[in-house]
Amino acid sequence: MIGIVIKKEFRQIFRNPNILRMMMVMPIIQLIIIPFAADYEIKNIDLAIVNQDNSSYSQRLVQKLVAGNYFQLVEASTDYRTAQESIEKGHADLIITIPHDFEKNIIKENKATISISADAVNGVKAGLGNLYANQIIGQFNAEIREELLVMPRHNEIVNIQTFAQNRYNPHNDYHLFMVPGILALLVTMVGALISTLNIVSEKEKGTIEQINVTPLKKYQFIIGKLTPFWILGMISITIGFIISYVVFGIVSLGGYLSIYLYSGLYLLAVLGIGLLLSTFVDTQQQATLFSFFLMMNFVLLSGLYTAVESMPGWARFLSDLLPPSHFIKVIRSIFIKGSSVVDILPEFGIMAIFAVVLNGLAVMNYRKRA
Amino acid sequence: MSKEAIIKTQNLTKSFGAFTAVDKISFEAMPGEIFGFLGANGAGKTTAMKMLSGLLKPSSGTASVVGFDVFKQSEMIKKNIGYMSQKFSLYDDLTVEENIAFFGGIYGLRGDVLKLAQMELLERLQLMDQSKKLVASLPLGWKQKLSFSVAMIHKPRLVFLDEPTGGVDPITRRQFWEMIYEAAENGVTIFVTTHYMDEAEYCSRVSIMVDGKIAAMDTPRALKEQFGAKNMDEVFYTLARGAKRGE
Repeated sequence: MIGIVIKKEFRQIFRNPNILRMMMVMPIIQLIIIPFAADYEIKNIDLAIVNQDNSSYSQRLVQKLVAGNYFQLVEASTDYRTAQESIEKGHADLIITIPHDFEKNIIKENKATISISADAVNGVKAGLGNLYANQIIGQFNAEIREELLVMPRHNEIVNIQTFAQNRYNPHNDYHLFMVPGILALLVTMVGALISTLNIVSEKEKGTIEQINVTPLKKYQFIIGKLTPFWILGMISITIGFIISYVVFGIVSLGGYLSIYLYSGLYLLAVLGIGLLLSTFVDTQQQATLFSFFLMMNFVLLSGLYTAVESMPGWARFLSDLLPPSHFIKVIRSIFIKGSSVVDILPEFGIMAIFAVVLNGLAVMNYRKRA
Repeated sequence: MSKEAIIKTQNLTKSFGAFTAVDKISFEAMPGEIFGFLGANGAGKTTAMKMLSGLLKPSSGTASVVGFDVFKQSEMIKKNIGYMSQKFSLYDDLTVEENIAFFGGIYGLRGDVLKLAQMELLERLQLMDQSKKLVASLPLGWKQKLSFSVAMIHKPRLVFLDEPTGGVDPITRRQFWEMIYEAAENGVTIFVTTHYMDEAEYCSRVSIMVDGKIAAMDTPRALKEQFGAKNMDEVFYTLARGAKRGE
């Protein structure tokens, strides 16, 4: 019985080029475009420098600021107001002001002030701009101090330097971070959205009513419906792995067995979401709108673009309630840290609970007899 | 075929909250009968049909269909009846053949039995050379005939037809009724709802529902005599005029 339903589903899926396109081409495009576009590292911050000192020190500082690829000098003047204007016009993101007597103060009084003001409309950019500027000025500071102190034997000023080391992802490669996350969302899309649309379209067309008067049992229909999407989901994730390797050279450190096992379980949970959703809505339009809403939350709360750790407590709680958050966490730890099945055993348990609860709710809600 | 009633209901009722969609209907349908179920929109026809076909649990009363109890044995009922719904219910994106294979398969037809049933069906409908075509490409009349045949593929003793000829041209309608007659001659009971009063004339017996109750039930001829009417249209109009439920 179940075999008959599966056969029918596959026939319909392969007859509808749109579904196949969505399932195969979408992952390819998204995986190639998004990781290149979505990058946490902000470069090319537009910088306006107000250099009122025009000394050799101030020149050196300006050169140092502009040397890296973090800043791009869009204006250099001696008047703060001009710089302010270019911020207002949107030409510049950050103003660094080097005051009069900058050099003189350093030499004579051993201290000088530099002011940094940032356009905080884009908070992330402003914050990072500030940070970069501070680092560069700090380096400059260290340099000139070395020059000024004529290397005394006992350096009274303890110079603390920080070393940041990124474990597991030494070069802080954003692709390594983003690609597994995007893979996770793709699988979620395939599992939840497409399966919902499929079931709801049977409702719309009225064919489900015909099925309901046949001896086909509820569980047979559901398993027959979901199995093809489980398989397609696994295929789609495989395509994802291939692209990750071919385009980004990303290979799972933890091997693929644990990933496939976990993905299989995850797909069950996601199909449960799809099935549950399909029991609530009557039209494909409602289904689309609702899954759009769900996807938004998945994207923003799952830790794909935002750090779950920096969310307030209640949001972290919400995030924990979403299966994609767990999937993203696990797939990253397998890919990047090389976690094995044993390491993520508790996560298997959590996902199994999701799968059971979601599918249980869906089956309870999916009433063959109204 | 036994002379025992194939559908038997006693005070069958379905309420949705305070609304009683079907109110204590009692009737019997005999094997080989074409039982017409008439009524205005919202009179409770479809609800009654859904209860009898095991889709909807009745609120109270009793009913047995093909010898099984509608409360406890709905799965057994489903195995032994055919059903063709108001909405066209084959898969548009499957071919004629694939639809037959799918529904036949669900009703437990396998291998050679399925092949044979499929051949028979295609031959009867003269659809042999269209069997590989998508159902979506067939004209509506063909679809309806195919749909009826598919509903009968497992040779049930009872078939429910919910407004089977809606939107179909007169010629196809006639052909459709010929198919119904043929089935009835083979001993299949046909339970059919319709809006077309000329179709009511074709039925062996007709029941007219008004506001969830059966207002009249007899052969078309007896009904016309009873109400002193020229045709079923007048009978229906006389009865349905008193209806309180609008659309």
